[in-house]
Amino acid sequence: MASKEVTSTDEFVKGLWRDNPVFVQVLGMCPALAVSNTAMNALAMGLATTFVLLMSGLSVSLLRGFIPREARIVCYICIIATFVTSVDYLIMALSLELHRALGAFIALIVVNCLILGRAEAFASKNKPGRALLDGLGMGVGFTVALLFIGVVREILGSGSIFGFAVFPDSFQTWTVMVLPSGGFFAMALWLLIVNRIKKKEAETEKAEATA
Amino acid sequence: MNTPELQPQTSAMSMYRAIVGIGAMCALVIVVVFQSTAARIRDNQERFLAAAISEVLPVTEETIAVDVGENGQLEKTSASLPLPVFLAYGSNGDLVGAVLTAEGMGYQDNIRVLYAYSFEKQAIVGFKILDSKETPGLGDRVEIEPHFIANFEALDARLNSSGDALNNAIVTVKQGEKTDPWQIDGITGATITSEALGNILNDSANGWLPILERDAISIDREATP
Repeated sequence: MASKEVTSTDEFVKGLWRDNPVFVQVLGMCPALAVSNTAMNALAMGLATTFVLLMSGLSVSLLRGFIPREARIVCYICIIATFVTSVDYLIMALSLELHRALGAFIALIVVNCLILGRAEAFASKNKPGRALLDGLGMGVGFTVALLFIGVVREILGSGSIFGFAVFPDSFQTWTVMVLPSGGFFAMALWLLIVNRIKKKEAETEKAEATA
Repeated sequence: MNTPELQPQTSAMSMYRAIVGIGAMCALVIVVVFQSTAARIRDNQERFLAAAISEVLPVTEETIAVDVGENGQLEKTSASLPLPVFLAYGSNGDLVGAVLTAEGMGYQDNIRVLYAYSFEKQAIVGFKILDSKETPGLGDRVEIEPHFIANFEALDARLNSSGDALNNAIVTVKQGEKTDPWQIDGITGATITSEALGNILNDSANGWLPILERDAISIDREATP
């Protein structure tokens, strides 16, 4: 049987849903749980990670013939750390308030296993175009997942979305939702929903195949 | 029997070339990004500090940075200090107060604060946290809790009769137990952070206020540092 050809669109789309880094691969949990206490922090962390994913994927792909197998991890970490340092400076140049809100987690992007994982599993084996699409898809999937978690936490924990109040002043905010434990609650809620949808999808596909 | 296929070993020179080459490229990228963002970051920091100064001492029209010189006297400075201290002047050129940065250990990491001192009231009259990584929802309530912020509307910081230290140490007390104007009414649930802020203010005020009270009036704000 001829295997189905993987198109460029597939490379991009897989990170959004089928192989979503947070809800399916459960990678990069440290920033996903720690920095998603507000929607804005989640968005900023997602965009910063997307930038690092894109640039490191492109660099690793371009240099894949130059990097020896035995020294690949140290080279990947060096490349990733470079773009994390760059994004740190860029955020400081953009907004000190945003940099202050993200705190130490910008530097910790360097140890996000999602980025090293994509460099090792995909970018080092594919051409730059495909590596870029993969990085973009994974980055957007990561950003959207963080945003979903961040929105739930901010609504319940602070009574607002992107700083705009959505409840009257009488609303008693759930402080636990802005604490790290709130990240686990929101994550569990979304995992429940995503797995439920995926299970239904699988059942539908199975029924169609049987028919 | 199948034997595992052995991959040819990479020479040490190839690895050395790859690591050094990539390291050099990465260094170049960082230098380029740093150089191209440095001016903007400096502007942002200055703007952030200027906005913070106006927030803690709204009557400020002009500030000058000061430091203690080798002779132990207060003098105007143009150096970029890690914890800058400013004399603040009002619209008619009168010395209206001093704005000081201070730093100390909180619950999770160092907390950096900015506070305003009024020479007329001999009290701390404004306060803002510049940098903190305290626990969200607990320690970081020191930035939003109204009763805690109210502590710094007039926190007594008078000097003793000899003018070389605070007359009363600034201390944080349990929430609702404040009885004296030099006490900080703490926050239940943010005990360590509110106590840390009391210590930071006490240490900084004890070190700086005697010098500022002694020398600030004699500083020529037009002089070149």
